[in-house]
Amino acid sequence: MDELQRFKDTYITECFELLEDMEEKLLNLDQGSPDNEDLNAIFRCAHSIKGGSGAFGFDRITAFTHILEELLDAMREGELSPTREVTDALLQSVDIVRQMVVAAQSGQEATEGIEDSVANQLKQVVGGDSESASPKEEIVEEESDEISIFSIDFRPKEGLLISGNEPTLIINELKTLGILECVVDIEKLPTISKLNPEKCYLDWFFTLETEKTIDDVKEVFEFVEDECHLDIEKIAGFAKMVPTAEKAESNEEKIQEAEDKSSDDSKVQAPNTNVVEPLKAVDDTAKVPVVTSIRVDIDKVDRLVNMVGELVITQAMIAAQSSDISFEEHPRLVQGINTLSQHTRELQEAVMAVRMQPVKSVFSRMPRMVRDLSTQLKKDIRLEMSGEATELDRTVIEQLSDPLTHMIRNSVDHGIDTPENREASGKPAQGVIKLSAEHAGGKILLKISDDGRGVDRERVLQKAKDKGLVASDAELSNHEIDNLIFMPGFSTAEVVSNISGRGVGMDVVKRNIEALGGTINIINKPGEGSTFLVNLPLTLAILDGMIVRVGREKYIIPIGSIIETLRPKNDEVRKIADANDLINVRGDFVSILYLHKVFSIQGAEKNPSKALVVLVESGMDKFGLVVDELIGQQQVVIKSLEENSDAVPGISAATILGDGKVALILDISKLQELMGSVENEKHESVA
Amino acid sequence: MSKIALTVDDSKTIREMVSFTLKNEGFEVIEAEDGQHAISVLGGREVNLIITDLNMPNMDGLELIRNLRSNPSYKFTPILMLTTEGDATKKQQGKDAGATGWIVKPFNPEKLIQVVNKVAA
Repeated sequence: MDELQRFKDTYITECFELLEDMEEKLLNLDQGSPDNEDLNAIFRCAHSIKGGSGAFGFDRITAFTHILEELLDAMREGELSPTREVTDALLQSVDIVRQMVVAAQSGQEATEGIEDSVANQLKQVVGGDSESASPKEEIVEEESDEISIFSIDFRPKEGLLISGNEPTLIINELKTLGILECVVDIEKLPTISKLNPEKCYLDWFFTLETEKTIDDVKEVFEFVEDECHLDIEKIAGFAKMVPTAEKAESNEEKIQEAEDKSSDDSKVQAPNTNVVEPLKAVDDTAKVPVVTSIRVDIDKVDRLVNMVGELVITQAMIAAQSSDISFEEHPRLVQGINTLSQHTRELQEAVMAVRMQPVKSVFSRMPRMVRDLSTQLKKDIRLEMSGEATELDRTVIEQLSDPLTHMIRNSVDHGIDTPENREASGKPAQGVIKLSAEHAGGKILLKISDDGRGVDRERVLQKAKDKGLVASDAELSNHEIDNLIFMPGFSTAEVVSNISGRGVGMDVVKRNIEALGGTINIINKPGEGSTFLVNLPLTLAILDGMIVRVGREKYIIPIGSIIETLRPKNDEVRKIADANDLINVRGDFVSILYLHKVFSIQGAEKNPSKALVVLVESGMDKFGLVVDELIGQQQVVIKSLEENSDAVPGISAATILGDGKVALILDISKLQELMGSVENEKHESVA
Repeated sequence: MSKIALTVDDSKTIREMVSFTLKNEGFEVIEAEDGQHAISVLGGREVNLIITDLNMPNMDGLELIRNLRSNPSYKFTPILMLTTEGDATKKQQGKDAGATGWIVKPFNPEKLIQVVNKVAA
């Protein structure tokens, strides 16, 4: 059953969306005066989940959501208020239904009884008398073993047509039940001048010979029973074997007559309708409006993005190869190449836009987490979110979830104190965590801030010294101390709690963010709170890069990391024994790294005052990269190296340049670490 | 000339299933997510059949039915509503609003076709 499977997929995707929606609305529900529209929306979520579940035979989902639906219905009718307990139970229900849907997705049953306790609790809240979902009352079309003859007296009221019902169709359906004989009473039919085509003037009297029951016959008139006088009576019954061919034949003739008659009668109305309301020209070719969005498999989009990436490379190649074709000689060709380049760029932007998603999909998981954690830790915390509509590539979004979750957990666990302690230090009992997203200069900026304790610098420094991360006599600036929390091996949790202590520290968060091509910084105000600033690229597929030459090799430096490029004078370069050389940049000394040394390249310029120094920043630190030449700025398509080789230190990915050659993209933060390790090794060797 | 049906439901699953079933019956199908959307996609054009859910955001099914019935173009258009099992009040409200008939959930293609034949063959 291919079709059913397809609908099932739609249903399951929809369920997840509905559950998320439901969760969000439940979390925002004001217990005192709940917004009616929100209650309605929550109800509709449960209602829709239940509605679909029946069609696929997910009976447990049906039964459970039925209870939810009843409770939510009572709530939106104002018979029940969404107390904390009820809301909590409803949130649990969301989790339970989610588990059921997950199970259903893989064609399994959710764990036996996971819904029982919550179901009972909810039932009690509703009033105890609610049975679990009444199983669908299937209309049992049990054929009786006898043949019955019914007389049916059907006298529609004049207004029957107004409800959109059509006697002809009812008669047609009746005919499908057996052998039908029909007499039409045209007594009430007025003269043509007085006839109102919107009214029904005819009465029918039928005799139906059928194997069906009286209920089946009644069902035919189900929609019109209030709009007509209806009398159905069983006038005879036979054992099934009895009917003779002769009898059937004679009936056959009669029904033929009756049919002719009834269709004649129904025609009486049709032409008249046309008289009063001339047939509106129904334009056959009128376009049916299309739904404005479609669901596309993500693999297809990814494939499209990749293909466009290849196209961009090809286009760049053509542009590079054709750069010496003169416009005078081949005006059309040059023009065409220019147009191609413009269209390629537009195409690329358009395709990338398809993969953009609002960060809401990640943000929306946070309120629930903050709520659950703060309940668990007996803290009072409000989460304020803004900029949820900010869009970025879904590949970035997917990988954003873990670091973001971790940072918020951290804020709840370490940042914000218990209400008592907060009040003691003159803060409001309720702590606030703010999460925001915004576009900033071709990147996206996420801010996670809390009004908690901030990072205790003394403790951090002490701990770092204890762990041997910094020398015991080291003098560090505030900024350096704050950044210690990102060091591998450092974790601020003194006691490993089951909240933050999952073996993941801020170093992992930093690594995750940097793996996305982003940066993370902390603004720490001890006693007042801390803010994490996360800068992320909008996409992982393309990169604005500066192509540089070192010897005969070309490398790409991400534009976002570049501060400036300079050629130091001879006396501005300080050679330091056993450490990286320094250059004097307007009074500041900055370490420099010779790329030709890092990558062992022959024939490169070794003297910085004859080469160029590209100043780059990683996190809050800056350093210089010595290169031979800047070739130019270009958007490059990122090709992962890891599919084809092991990770290379200092290299994040590769790209294909216009001339068809491969260039490696530098990983600035890794280069910085590389520099650090060189430094440390040398320090150690000295000591 | 193929007949045109409109399915109105906030659940994509239901819309897709109704739409698929009706297309197999030779209908051309328009989909709408709620009452308001339905009215805008119809844009006054006549259709042969409307199937609507009752619980929807923005404009619910009852309001949609009332709204359509007050428009001469849809005075006699068969309008079926999707209801949950045996909800007599809802059925009555729907009938009062001008619904032609109803289809009881859970959705089942044979049942849908049977009912559709009853009102829009």
